[in-house]
Amino acid sequence: MNYPGKGLVEGLAVTARNFVGSYFYKDRLTTVQYPEERIQTPENSRTFPFLVFDESPDKPRCTACKICEVECPPKCIYIVMDRDDKGKPLQRPKAFDIDISVCMQCQICVEVCPFESIKMDNDYEKSKYGRFNDLVQRLPDLLKSNDYYRQIKPVKAAEVDAKLKAEAEAKAAKKAAAVAAAAAKAAATPPAGSAT
Amino acid sequence: METIYQLLHVTFANVPAWTVQVAAFLIPIAFIFGVYPAIFALTTLVERKALGRIQNRYGPNRVGIFGVLQPLADGLKILLKEDIVPRVADKFTHFLAPVLIVVPGLLVYLVVPVAPGMVAVDLKIGVLFALAVGTMSAIALFMAGWASRNKFSLLGAVRAVAQVVSYEVPTVMAGVAVIMAAGTLSTLTIVQRQGGGILNISNWYVFRPWGLVGFVLFVIGGLAESARCPFDLPEAESELIGGYHTEYSGFKFALFQMGEYLAGMAMAGVTVTLFLGGYMGPGSGPGLVGSLIAMLWFFSKLAGMIMLNIWIRGTWPRLRVDQLMGFAWKVLLPLALVNIVAVGFWHFLTPRPLAWVVTTGWLVIWFLVLTKCNASAILEKREYRYV
Ligand code: SF4
Ligand code: SF4
Repeated sequence: MNYPGKGLVEGLAVTARNFVGSYFYKDRLTTVQYPEERIQTPENSRTFPFLVFDESPDKPRCTACKICEVECPPKCIYIVMDRDDKGKPLQRPKAFDIDISVCMQCQICVEVCPFESIKMDNDYEKSKYGRFNDLVQRLPDLLKSNDYYRQIKPVKAAEVDAKLKAEAEAKAAKKAAAVAAAAAKAAATPPAGSAT
Repeated sequence: METIYQLLHVTFANVPAWTVQVAAFLIPIAFIFGVYPAIFALTTLVERKALGRIQNRYGPNRVGIFGVLQPLADGLKILLKEDIVPRVADKFTHFLAPVLIVVPGLLVYLVVPVAPGMVAVDLKIGVLFALAVGTMSAIALFMAGWASRNKFSLLGAVRAVAQVVSYEVPTVMAGVAVIMAAGTLSTLTIVQRQGGGILNISNWYVFRPWGLVGFVLFVIGGLAESARCPFDLPEAESELIGGYHTEYSGFKFALFQMGEYLAGMAMAGVTVTLFLGGYMGPGSGPGLVGSLIAMLWFFSKLAGMIMLNIWIRGTWPRLRVDQLMGFAWKVLLPLALVNIVAVGFWHFLTPRPLAWVVTTGWLVIWFLVLTKCNASAILEKREYRYV
C-alpha cells in the first residue's frame, strides 16, 4: 500500500523499535563502556615496541647490537651497551630508551631485530602528564616477559617460540655434533704414547 | 490567579488584604519560573537519553546515577565558558537578543491552565495571546542574526523569520477551528468544554475529525515555530555553521537553547490545552485531590508531547527551504481553511452520526485533492548506493 507520508511513518516505526529494543536486547547496544569494559585487542594491533625477556628481567633477549637503533627511521631509540669492569662488552643493554613521542609505530625495529627481542605492544594507555621525560620509555618500562607476549599475540608468539626452539635445537645439535666429532677425532688418532 | 487569591483569602482571613494580593501575584510567577525551567533541564537530559536509545546508544550515564546530574554539569560547563562578543557586533542588540528570546516562551505559560482554575491569568483572549506571544521569538532571532554582523547569522535569522511567519498562518487557522467549536478564546473555558463524556476523555477535541486534522496541523506548526527538527533550518549546522547563534558563546548560547526549548514546550502546552483536553482526564475535577490528579494529567500530556517532539527529532531529516515554504502554503494552509469549514459542518448538522460522516468525508476528499495537486512535489522513492 502506498499513501502520502508512508516514508515518515515507516521511519518513526524504525526509531521506535530501536528505542524500545535497546532496553530489552543488550546486543543492540554496541557501545563498550570503556574504563569498566574493555575488548581484547586484535592480534595485529600495535602501539609501541617493548623488549622481551625469557626468565627474568635481568636476562633480556636483546644483545645491544644496535641494529634497531640504526634502522629506526625517526631515530627514537637510544642504546648503551653494558660492559664489565675491564670494558668487555656484556651483550646486554645498560640503557635502552624509546621516546614514544617520536616513535611512529612503524615496526621496522621489530623486522630488523635478529634476536626476536623487540616486539610491538598493544597497550594503548600511554598518556602522561609531562611532555618530555615522561614520554621516554626507559629499560625497566620496556622489559616485559615472554608470557605477556604470548598473551597479547598468541599466534605470533607461538611462531617465535617455535623458531627460537628450532634454532636452539639446531645449535645444540651442532654443538653435540661438534663434540661428537671432536671425540671421534680424539678416538681415531691414537694417543702419542701408545704408538711407541 | 483569582482561584489562588480566593483560596488564600479564605485560609488567611486575618492578614491584611494587600499581602494576600501580592502573594496571589507571586505564587504563579514562582511556579512558572520554578517548574518550567526545571522541566527544561529535565528535557535536555531526557532528549539526549532518548536520542541515544533511538540510535542504539546509552546516552549520558556518567554524571550521577544514570546521568541525572548531566544538566547540572552542562550548566556549570556553560557558565565557565568565555563570553565572546564580536568586535564589529551591535553590542546592545547582541546582548538583548538572548534575553528576549527566553521571555516569549515563559509568557505563554501565563495562559496555560494546569488544573481547574489554576491558570496564572485567565485572559479572555488567551489563545490569541499565546499565539501572538509565541511568535515574538522571531524578533529576538532576527535581532541576534542582525546584531552579530555575520552573514551566516543573518541568513539563519532570515530563514527563521520567513519560517515563523509562514507557519504562523496555518497554526492560527488550526487554532481557529478550536475557537469556533468552543465559542471562546479563553483557554480555561476551552479546557472546560473538553471535559465530560466518557472518563473525561471522549470530549477531547483531538477525537473529532476536524480536531485530529487541527491537532496534526498544530503540532507541525508548533515544531516549525519553535525551529525544532525537522524544521531546524535557521540553525542548520551543515549549511549555516550555527545559524543565528553562530556568534554566541557561553551563557548567551545557553539562553538561546533554553529559549528554544521553552518555546517548544510552550507550544506543546498550548497543543495540550487546545486539543488534548488540557488537565482533563479520569479523576480530574475541583477540590484538592481532583486538582492534583488534573495537574498530573496535564504534565503527563505535556511530557507525552515533548516525547513526540524528541521522537520526531530522532527520526526525520531536515526539510529544504523550498520544501518548507511549499509545505506551509500549498498543503497546511488550504487544509487549515478546509478544516474551518469542517467545524462549520460539525456545528450545524444535527444528528451527530451525520456530522461525523460529512466532516470526515469532506476532510478526506480535500486531503486527497491536495495530495493530487501537490503530486509533483512529492519525491519519488530514491535509492542511494555506492557504484
Ligand atoms: S632490540 Fe634487537 S636489534 Fe635492537 S639492540 Fe636489541 S637485539 Fe639488537
Ligand atoms: S616502531 Fe619504528 S619508530 Fe618506533 S622505535 Fe621501532 S623503528 Fe623506531
